[in-house]
Amino acid sequence: MDTMRDRFITTTSQLLEEEPRLAVVLADISADGFAPARRAHPDRVINVGIREQLLIGAGAGMALTGMRPIMHTFASFLVERPFEQVKLDFGHQGVGGILVSAGGSYDWPAGGFTHMSPGDVALLDTLEGWTVHVPGHPDEAEALLRGAVDGDDRVYVRLSLQANREARPVGGDGGFSVVREGRAGTVVAVGPMLDNVLTATEGLDVSVLYATTVRPFDAAGLRRAVGAGASAGAGADVVIVEPYLAGTSTARANEALMEVPHRVLGLGVGRAELRRYGQLDEHLAAHGLDAPGLRERITGFLRG
Amino acid sequence: MTNMTAAPVRGLHGSYDFHDLGRLISLMTGAEKHAPAAHSTTDALWVLYDRVLRVTPATADDPGRDRFLLSKGHGPMAYYAVLAAHGFFDEEVLRGFGTYGSPLGHHPDRLLVPGAEIGSGSLGHGLPLAVGTVLGLRAQGLTDPRVWVLVGDAELDEGSNHEAIAHAGPAGLEQLHTLVIDNASATHGWPGGIASRFEAAGWSAATVDGRDHEALYAAFTAPHPGRPRAVVARVEPKR
Repeated sequence: MDTMRDRFITTTSQLLEEEPRLAVVLADISADGFAPARRAHPDRVINVGIREQLLIGAGAGMALTGMRPIMHTFASFLVERPFEQVKLDFGHQGVGGILVSAGGSYDWPAGGFTHMSPGDVALLDTLEGWTVHVPGHPDEAEALLRGAVDGDDRVYVRLSLQANREARPVGGDGGFSVVREGRAGTVVAVGPMLDNVLTATEGLDVSVLYATTVRPFDAAGLRRAVGAGASAGAGADVVIVEPYLAGTSTARANEALMEVPHRVLGLGVGRAELRRYGQLDEHLAAHGLDAPGLRERITGFLRG
Repeated sequence: MTNMTAAPVRGLHGSYDFHDLGRLISLMTGAEKHAPAAHSTTDALWVLYDRVLRVTPATADDPGRDRFLLSKGHGPMAYYAVLAAHGFFDEEVLRGFGTYGSPLGHHPDRLLVPGAEIGSGSLGHGLPLAVGTVLGLRAQGLTDPRVWVLVGDAELDEGSNHEAIAHAGPAGLEQLHTLVIDNASATHGWPGGIASRFEAAGWSAATVDGRDHEALYAAFTAPHPGRPRAVVARVEPKR
């Protein structure tokens, strides 16, 4: 199977043929993959070199002229390093664009913490008006990207090497989909966390929701899912399993359930720097995001 | 040398001339802190809007217009005065400067100020945005409009500008023009001169007296085929 990043390159190269407003701005990362597209569209595939502030500023400048820019590099250099450019050159200027990251929280653990970005979604959450897509499969990444190119708004697409075995339908209203129904609690699995969540909750009487679009947060979908248990007087127990910083969406869940007695457990990547290299699986286990780790914490919470 | 004392020259776009700017600026009260910054740009802005830029209130949304991006958003009074003098909004708007109900803040907001291409204030954003504006125009086949961005010499300290300068030269962004207002306010200065930094990155560059309208006009309109252009306008030091 190709990776989400491979699919991003092939899909975007194709979209450049179909959509004259589309432009791609790179900062050397993935430049080889886009080389054919750049030869075909030298004015719409721009590589600014290792210059991430310019990457965002130049993309926003293109948007000011009516273009639809995609800006792409690793998440730490796309969102964290030029964050003020993201905030001002898009939000404050009132223009739209698509940020597409690679690398996720720890796609290259041997590369160390400099190339890890578990805080990207939380950071973007301080800004208004960004749609955040976290696909769990290359097919989903393609569908979400195609939808984003059609729009004019501000979109972040977070790509990772971690993926679920099977793609699920995405798009439509962007709401959370119901994968499994149960009465003892609701688990929201974000993007690539779904497979581990399904394994971890086998045999448990819980609902599992699948989320590939986390902003805007599907408050109504969450309320519907917890509705049965809550109306029976049991209150609502909600676990959110995210592939980035633990607790990133907890406040959104609390807002969604304002009128319902509830508890929320936010699972994800820990805040403390692990200072370990190794493999992606080892980092998942270290953060308790492998299936055994998730099962232990989910069952512990639901017993509580 | 300077046009400050020359006979008034009527602007091409309306009934205001350069000598009205002082009165228009005086309508904006309450921002004395940024007054030196405002006055440092007055002459260069006037010459640009009066004789160089091809943009009017009627063409403010035309894809083929010239763009002026005020990156140095500190002390925008001269900018507001020039926009008012060219009819982008009524001079009465100037009186509300900085108040809750006014569109004119101590840093400009493009969504509030008629004629403003960008909102600015945080330093180091305009030049990268200008690079992208040229790239966006070029991608649409619009090679005629010229893009101008005004930065301060101290603003040039911001690294984002150097990312933009280093890219624009080799990329041959001929439509791009940077106007540096040099009032010697950069903390460590620019040994070797500001223009040399642009030239080293492949730009065409010139340094002129920022109060001399004819010298500014000549520098603004000099041909620079295949290369972006930087004009360093030296004005009296801030202190």
